[in-house]
Amino acid sequence: MKLKQLAFGVATAITAVSAAQAAESITVVSWGGAYTKSQVEAYHKPWMAETGNTIISEDYNGGLSEVKSQVEAGNVKWNVLDVEYSDAVRGCDEGLLEPIDHSILPAAPDGTAAIDDFIEGALPECAVSNIVWSTIFAYDTTKTSGVEGIADFFDLEKFPGKRGIRKNPKANLEMALMADGVAAGDVYDMLETPEGIDRAFAKLDSIKSEVVWWEAGAQPPQLLADGEVIMTTAYNGRIFNAAAGEGQPFEVNWDGQILDFDLWVIPKGAPNMEATLDFIAFSTDTQRLADQASWIAYGPARKSSGALVGLYNDGKTEMAPHMPTAEANLGNALVNNFEFWADNQDELNERFNAWLAL
Amino acid sequence: MSDTHNAPVIAADGTPLKARLARALFRRKLDAFLLVSPLLVFLLVFFLAPIGWFLSKGFHDDLFSTEMPNTSAVLADWDGTTEPTEAHYAALVTDLVETRKTRTIGKVATRVNRELSGSRSLFTSTARKAAKMEAPFKDALIKTKKDWGEIAVWQAMKAASRTFTIGYYANALDRRQLADGSVVAQPEERRIHVKLLIRTLEISFQVTLYCLLLGYPIAYLLATLPNRTSNLLMILVLLPFWTSILVRTTAWIAMLQSQGVLNDVFVFLGVTPDEARFSLIYNKLGTLIAMTHILLPFMVLPLYSVMKGIPPSYVRAAKSLGATNWTAFWRVYAPQTVPGIGAGAILVFIVAIGYYITPALVGGQDGQMISNFIDFHMRRSLNWNLAAALGTVLLLVVLTLYWVYDRVVGIDNMKLG
Repeated sequence: MKLKQLAFGVATAITAVSAAQAAESITVVSWGGAYTKSQVEAYHKPWMAETGNTIISEDYNGGLSEVKSQVEAGNVKWNVLDVEYSDAVRGCDEGLLEPIDHSILPAAPDGTAAIDDFIEGALPECAVSNIVWSTIFAYDTTKTSGVEGIADFFDLEKFPGKRGIRKNPKANLEMALMADGVAAGDVYDMLETPEGIDRAFAKLDSIKSEVVWWEAGAQPPQLLADGEVIMTTAYNGRIFNAAAGEGQPFEVNWDGQILDFDLWVIPKGAPNMEATLDFIAFSTDTQRLADQASWIAYGPARKSSGALVGLYNDGKTEMAPHMPTAEANLGNALVNNFEFWADNQDELNERFNAWLAL
Repeated sequence: MSDTHNAPVIAADGTPLKARLARALFRRKLDAFLLVSPLLVFLLVFFLAPIGWFLSKGFHDDLFSTEMPNTSAVLADWDGTTEPTEAHYAALVTDLVETRKTRTIGKVATRVNRELSGSRSLFTSTARKAAKMEAPFKDALIKTKKDWGEIAVWQAMKAASRTFTIGYYANALDRRQLADGSVVAQPEERRIHVKLLIRTLEISFQVTLYCLLLGYPIAYLLATLPNRTSNLLMILVLLPFWTSILVRTTAWIAMLQSQGVLNDVFVFLGVTPDEARFSLIYNKLGTLIAMTHILLPFMVLPLYSVMKGIPPSYVRAAKSLGATNWTAFWRVYAPQTVPGIGAGAILVFIVAIGYYITPALVGGQDGQMISNFIDFHMRRSLNWNLAAALGTVLLLVVLTLYWVYDRVVGIDNMKLG
């Protein structure tokens, strides 16, 4: 009897192993923390359950350097990665990414083709957007109150104390100009001129002595929680998760927010192309994008997903007002101009680094 | 008698002994060489070749000339100041169409963008339309984007088309190469690398000094205490040495940050009010403290082994001849430890000069070193050529210092144990 059971067990195990071998495995790379968790819950788990394939989830800190190394060495390990817009365009132009045929994306439930269902600009040649996120500034309500807008972030007299800022010129120059009274619509025109850049750096200079620089998205909520800074710029979803998920007394100020897409891309020559494309199509359908919004406060890149966005996974917080794309939050908002950054990031990074280090 | 003196010595088999000896020696040498050859090959393949290849990237960049062959050919004959002709424009359009097809236009655009900031989109957007363009190409291009009429764009392309370029080295030394080949200083707000290099040397020098000040008494203690106690203390020196750098660095973050252990103690003792805690980390001070701690064993170990070899009888002899404690130490003991100081100092200094994880984590803005910028260009801006040039400059600085050290102190005086 026992022997029979054992034999049965072994047989089942063997079947399970061979089934697992038939299924494919892909590596999906993203930014870690609460954001990766939202993707694992909303995309990875349902896809693995449906197809029987497995996903290896890895974290990185942005940029195309790993992709460049993998592609140039001819040893591509990653299947899908989550990038910023400028990297999606640049990587595509430089032949580091696979072009994606957007006709594989499923249509919206009402039959609208995917190409019309995604927000304008969300489908560049080599990428598929999943979310709209935003760089905002936030503070701890138990320590700071009466903050009106982005100008206060740069006002050390009114709000003395340390500020957290991302160690990158992107978004900071724009915010500095908006804090200096430039209308959102004029920001990039102004940054095209040397005077505009000088003005933005001068504004950053006024708070430089009090800045704590962060690099990973998980750092700003930590800096706020530790009391290392009194205000910080951050990705809006991270602050929301710390507030709604962990009960931290953080508040987002939407004035001067900078909207941006995050996109899926495929490194050139990635293995398991079929499963990879299947994952991208699956994870960016209307329902999946709406599901992700219940894990983190980033707006779905499809218009049809908006109506399906419901409650946060605590079962009581309404998500809609926390979306960067909510009407009330768009009062003074700017959409990141990827073309400007693709053109000028080398020079501005250099200048930013020089400004920072000296 | 004189005959036997001059005749060659013959071995048992009739060959001259000298030849036999030479052959035997040669075989010995061959054996020795074969024994070390695996290591030699390993070093060549995995160390020298990649470093050499990478260093060559600092002055060799054939991206533009490979991807844009027609344009490069016409640019080679162009003097860089006269108006470009229709032939130039036609060659450009041919190359744009081709690079668009092979998806290499982005690389070309990025390359030219390094010479002329803001020109990237000019290339990528024009390339999208290039296939439909018809002669005369000059008008067609200028109609698409009026910037194509600007001579600066052509000068940037000419600069990018040089296969062997000193442009990256110029940049690494805060200079830039103009279209006519002359080199001028960068505008003030973009000068950074020379200042960083000086700061790197300064930080490394300070770290070496602090390591010596802290390490000398420790090594002396270790060398003079009875073995049982000194072995125990030695473990205290070695234990951190075996711990990961990351762990040690993050431990310092926990200690020094403004809500950290040290500041909490200061506030508790009333040294500073709660609102004005000390900034001990995320600045140069943080880099100095963490690096000194991490590099201390590199100073203590060579010093210890040298001190261990100094017979205590010398100092006793000095004292018995009437020297004070200080004179005996300074005139008799200290000079004998110089080889240890030399070894420790050069080890610490050379390791410090290339440090980057610790400054990246605790350096904030004014505690960054040149390696952090090499890392930036490797991983972020993807400008590997500039990273290579910066790396070479750093290597040359280290070699120069090593040479100076050899002339002043003498490398033979160094003693590692």
